[in-house]
Amino acid sequence: MNRVIDFFLGSTMRWLLLALAIAFPLITDNEYHIYVMALAFIWAIAVYGLNIITGYCGQLNLAHGGFFAMGAYTVAILTVDHAWPFWPAFVAAGVFGAVAGALVGLVSLRLKEHYFAIFTLCVGFIIYLMIDKWDELTHGSLGIINIAPPEGFGLVDFTETVPFYYLVLAFLALAVWMTRRISESLLGRTFRAVRISDDLAQSLGINLMRNKLLAFVISTVYAAFAGGLYAGVVRFIGPEEANFIHTFDMIAYLLVGGIGTLLGPIVGTLLVTWLTQAVQSLEEYRMIVFGPLLVLLVIFFPRGLIGSFLGWRGRRLGRQHHERATAESRAAGDTGKDQNPSDGKRSTDGARDNA
Amino acid sequence: MELFLQQVLNGLTLGSIYGLVALGLTLVYGILHVPNFAHGALYMVGAYVSYFGMVELGLNYWVAMVMAAAAVAFISVVCERLVFHPLRHAPPIHDKIAAIGILLFLEAVVQMFFGADFRRLPTPYNDIYHFMGVTLPAQRVLIICAAFALMGALHLYLKKTMTGSTIVAMAQNREGAFLVGIDANRVAMMTFAIAGALAAVAASLFAPINLVYPAMGHLVLLKAFVIIILGGMGSIPGAIIGGLIIGFAEALGGFYVSSEYKDVMAFVLLVVILSIRPTGLFTKGVR
Repeated sequence: MNRVIDFFLGSTMRWLLLALAIAFPLITDNEYHIYVMALAFIWAIAVYGLNIITGYCGQLNLAHGGFFAMGAYTVAILTVDHAWPFWPAFVAAGVFGAVAGALVGLVSLRLKEHYFAIFTLCVGFIIYLMIDKWDELTHGSLGIINIAPPEGFGLVDFTETVPFYYLVLAFLALAVWMTRRISESLLGRTFRAVRISDDLAQSLGINLMRNKLLAFVISTVYAAFAGGLYAGVVRFIGPEEANFIHTFDMIAYLLVGGIGTLLGPIVGTLLVTWLTQAVQSLEEYRMIVFGPLLVLLVIFFPRGLIGSFLGWRGRRLGRQHHERATAESRAAGDTGKDQNPSDGKRSTDGARDNA
Repeated sequence: MELFLQQVLNGLTLGSIYGLVALGLTLVYGILHVPNFAHGALYMVGAYVSYFGMVELGLNYWVAMVMAAAAVAFISVVCERLVFHPLRHAPPIHDKIAAIGILLFLEAVVQMFFGADFRRLPTPYNDIYHFMGVTLPAQRVLIICAAFALMGALHLYLKKTMTGSTIVAMAQNREGAFLVGIDANRVAMMTFAIAGALAAVAASLFAPINLVYPAMGHLVLLKAFVIIILGGMGSIPGAIIGGLIIGFAEALGGFYVSSEYKDVMAFVLLVVILSIRPTGLFTKGVR
């Protein structure tokens, strides 16, 4: 049984998911479904960014949708008004996302908890107002049309749905891989220490500001790249991309999947996207269902699907370990032998969360 | 000079509305330490209940306002019972997310019943007075008088009555309040009811010179947050003074700097102030 559970958390499962994603356009010939999937992948990339600052580092960033829109607008303005090709504009979006993230982070990360959330909420709103009012730069409420699609260099045509799907999938895989590398490194552990307690982290010699800023910049770069891809596939954007509702959607995806877990963002994004598709008539009023759903989730399942699963597995392993330890000590008591401490160590190592 | 006085009047109008909304927010923060992101939605619902009362039921302006205050106070208490109370021991991030859930839910419900159209709340006070070259629309005068009367009443309630003192005691020292036998649940419910009623009255006062639409609470909520950060979270005089500062900044900035960007003024002010003083303007010592 433990082997079955570990299979779902191990690398085989991740490769299986990737293989499924690669096979998806071959299984279905409904182009609309592939398009929806590609869009969901783009949102998932942005949610991975949110997961780093909010999930791992514990700072609720409410300007995330604003950085997404910034990335999208960088690509749109550079390709439409300055006739740049897509790829340089895409790189510029990432650079711009990093610079903007560093500037906002430098000011906002000096604030804690509520102050940080409220401040970033205001930053998100300033971004929205700027996009809406600065007509000369952003075309104001008219939005920008005819954004250049990614060039395929004569090999592929990214205006078609299926090639674009694979492009987005490649970026998503990269995002997941990066997140895994960060999460398992010392940096990821540092972020988690910051989430658990500022004071604790500081007493361990962690430079709070530098690590929070790093997490923040990484998250805004994710958001900006996701926004750039979004501009490349939808090819029309307006000020609504910076609407607060998108930040909320991303928080909902993150919570449903499991905040602070590796697979949570993708599971949550896909699940909620397809549920919304299933009740498409609801689109306009989806918040009537999602709002209370979110409240219920936060109250009863604050760790989301993946997080609850990990918790269940952890408790199970702990119980087994406990049973084995009592059995062993009973046996040790009978034969008068000392208990072997390395057994216990091995099973706790196995319980380390790697999902 | 007349133009300047005119802007001062506008600033006073805006400031008193913002002050009322910020008062509710700061009271709730003082008790539960929750930044209630749903407060803007309560404001919006208040305007719609007044609209419904006046236009659909044909009620008197004041009756409709009282009805709105009662209805929103009720919704606010329900939110406290069903959402914030179960979450009182959860990590702070959960309250905030739950509050956002309530905000979007209320907005979607209102949009389902009334649509996304802009509406105008009628008012019986359409006269315009002139005084020393300044134009004084009756509704604006009414807003200023009503808002300050309400603030005065709230002050008396908190300082002079037993139930009011329990709220203040709880905000000052939670454990101390428990020790002298104050019922935390009762105080929390009462605070949410007052906050909701204040938001509804502010919305009903302001709606005739502004418009009624589902997203009307967003900007007001953000500005109220700016105000309570300026004035110190949980501080009642801070909320009133902060409200006036933001009101004047917006009216004067909108007139002398740029009317296009007047909504950004408050946030720029916040960014500047928090960059210099991360704990807010009127707070003493460290957190």
